[in-house]
Formats: sequence, C-alpha cells, structure tokens
Amino acid sequence: MSFFNWAWDWVTTDANWHGSGSIPQQLVAHLGYSALPLLIAALIGIPVGVAIGHTGRAAVAVVNIANAWRAIPTLGLLVLLAVYLGFSPLTWLLPLVVLAIPPILVNAYEGVAGVDPSIKDAARGMGMTPWQQVARVEVPNAMPLILVGLRTAAIFVVATATIAAYIGLGGLGRFIIDGLASDQYGPVAGGALLVVLLAVAVLALFAVLSRLLVPAGLRGQRRPE
Amino acid sequence: MMWSWIGSNGPLIWQLTWENAKLGVLSAVYGLVVSLPLGIIAARWRWFYPPVLTVINILYAIPSLALFIALIPSFGLTSTTVIITLTVFSLCVILPNVVAGVRGVPPAVTQAATAMGYGPLRRLVAVELPLAVPVILAGLRVATVASISLASVGQLIGVSSLGYLFIDGLQRSFPTEIYVGLVLVIALALVCDLILVAIRRALTPWEARPERKRARLRPGGWSEAVS
Repeated sequence: MSFFNWAWDWVTTDANWHGSGSIPQQLVAHLGYSALPLLIAALIGIPVGVAIGHTGRAAVAVVNIANAWRAIPTLGLLVLLAVYLGFSPLTWLLPLVVLAIPPILVNAYEGVAGVDPSIKDAARGMGMTPWQQVARVEVPNAMPLILVGLRTAAIFVVATATIAAYIGLGGLGRFIIDGLASDQYGPVAGGALLVVLLAVAVLALFAVLSRLLVPAGLRGQRRPE
Repeated sequence: MMWSWIGSNGPLIWQLTWENAKLGVLSAVYGLVVSLPLGIIAARWRWFYPPVLTVINILYAIPSLALFIALIPSFGLTSTTVIITLTVFSLCVILPNVVAGVRGVPPAVTQAATAMGYGPLRRLVAVELPLAVPVILAGLRVATVASISLASVGQLIGVSSLGYLFIDGLQRSFPTEIYVGLVLVIALALVCDLILVAIRRALTPWEARPERKRARLRPGGWSEAVS
C-alpha cells in the first residue's frame, strides 16, 4: 500500500474523529500550540526588525543571527529543555518563540532597509515626523517581506510543533510519534498527511493576507531579484 | 557536563558525526545537481518558472518529518528516505538562486560573449555560470547548513545521525550527551559553510571582497527550510 492509501484509510476511519485524542481535538491543539509562539515572536520580531531597518544599527549582528539560526537543530534544543524542565509549557514555548523570531525580524529589517531611498526622502520632504515615516511609508512598503517572514516562521512553528510531540506535546505530531512507537503505519501516515494539509493551509492563509495587507500600489509587482 | 563521557565514547561520537555529515552534504550536493539544469531552463524560458516556484513553495512548507514518513513505503527506514527529503528541501533553496544568478548576468556581458562568437552553450558554461557562482553558492551554503541540522530529525525514524545523541540523551536524562550533539551539529554546519566560502573564493578570484557588500540573504526575502 502506498502512503496515500494508508493515510486515507486512517483519516476516513470514523472512530478517529471522536473521543479524546481524536483528529479534531489534536488539530485544534496543534493550531493553539502554533499560534501562541508565533504571536509572541511577531510582537518581538517585527518592532525590533523595523527599528533596525529604520536606524540601520546592528544590521551586521542581524545577518549573523540569521545565519546561525539555520544551524540550530530544533530537536536537540527541545530535548535539552525537556531534560532540565521536564514537560512544562516553557519546554516547548521557549524554543518555538526563540526560533520563530529570526525569520520575522530579519525580513522586517530587510523590508524596511530596502525601501527605495527616494520614497523615504519624499516622506521626509512632505514634513512627516519620523513616526509617520515609519508607520505610513516604510512599514507599508516593507509589508510583502514582513509577510514572507511571518509565513516562514508560521511554517517553521507548525513543523516544529509536530516534532515536539516527541517530548510529550499534544497536537497532530502525537499520531506520528505514537504510531512510530507502536509500529502502526496508519496513524503515522494519517498524521503526516494532516500536517502537510495544515502547512498548505498556512500558505493559503498568507496568500489571502498578502491580498489584504499589501498596499494596492505594490501588488502585482515583480518580486525584486 | 560529564567530560569523561566524551572521552569514553569517542568512536561513537565520531561515527555519528560522519553519518550526519554524509546525510547533509550529499543532500545539498544532489540538490545542486538537480537545481542547475532546472534553474537554467527556468532562467531561459520564463513561463517555466512561475509554476516551478509554486511547487517549490508548497514542498518547502512540508515538515521534514511528514516527508520522511511519506517516503517510508517506498524506501523504508533508510538513509535514502532522509537524503531524498533533504534533497527536496535543498532544491527549494538552491533553484531560485540559480535562476537569479543566471538572470543577473548583465546583458552587456552576454552580448559581448555573443559578439565574440560564443554559441549559446559555450556562453552558458564559460560566461554565465561562472558569473552566477556567488549567488548559486549562497544558496548551496544555506542548503548545506540546513540539511546538516535537519538530518538529526531523521533519527526519529531510526536513521543514524547526531540526532541519536538527542534521543538517547533524553531517554537517559543525560544533558552532556545532548550538549555534545548540539555543539557538533552546529560546528559541522559551520565547518561546511567555511569550506563553501573558500570554494567560492577559489572559483571567483575576480570578486575582490564579496562579503563586504551589504548582506542580502536571498532574492525576494528570506525563507527557510523547516524542521
């Protein structure tokens, strides 16, 4: 049987949709475990990234953080905290927040720093205060990249929340980890399929968000290359 | 930290590091090998690129653990499963850079090559690809570092890597082992990154100090292979 046969059989089994630990329950749990760290990371990453992009300070540090970020194995970080803290909310929340910040921060920085200088000059020439320049000109112009950062972080968090099932977190990863532990491929494949669908849903959500949040004048433009 | 554990487990640590390096580096190299022809085609025939980019964006969003699992019926709990998954992620990072690199060659340069009698193939190999090397290698660096780090997740389906130290360290509640794994994964990624920087310098001697330019992470923003 192929992956899709296994996954489909399991997902369409009625019993998996009811009771404790059912698909709807774990899906809602997964969304919760993903949304909270993403929100916290956005509240930290966007203002800091915008500030760095606006002032041009600490830009080198930002790029170095971004490079180091890729090398950190999240599984290692999760198990390390699990050994020290046991299974507390901090165990999964801390690594998810810390690791979701870099893509958000760096893209916000890149977006604001990359705004066409003539646009910034025009804003200043019109008599805008620095706050107005940031809020009305720089952030709207940086919005496409800010959304790329949020999307990257969201995808990362959804994926890592799956792995965090290994240290006891609920969510869709439970089906995968428990299935692997008991040698049942059905829930493993079904859980994986649901995780993939969730990731694609996140992509779709951000496609909608960019229609809503990117100013009309920037839409339909070619991405800078 | 129990330093004595490191000394008494040298061969195991060395073997896991080697296996982790093999998984990560092979995947990045395979990703480059697949990206080059696809990227060159996408740079030439523009209609080909948008659909490819859409597929890449979707593949990129798939958690590695889910992709491992989807490949298990075909390839089992083997390193092939892990390498194919990581190759797919590497492809997603490298291909856009190949396209950007080839398209970024100044028109005056390609015209000069044509005027000197270079045919399309010779122009590609002798002029366009060498000029695209810095951008392509920037993608390869990201892919290599991310693959080395992600390879540890393969341990969850039983494929040996430094991830073994994470799993074993958790089961035995033994932080030393986890620290060793973390440090080695990061060090391994750093060493491979430095090697690639050296390769880039050797391949592009005309770029005096390229890293002094303002660092742009990736064309069109910075997105990331996910765990």
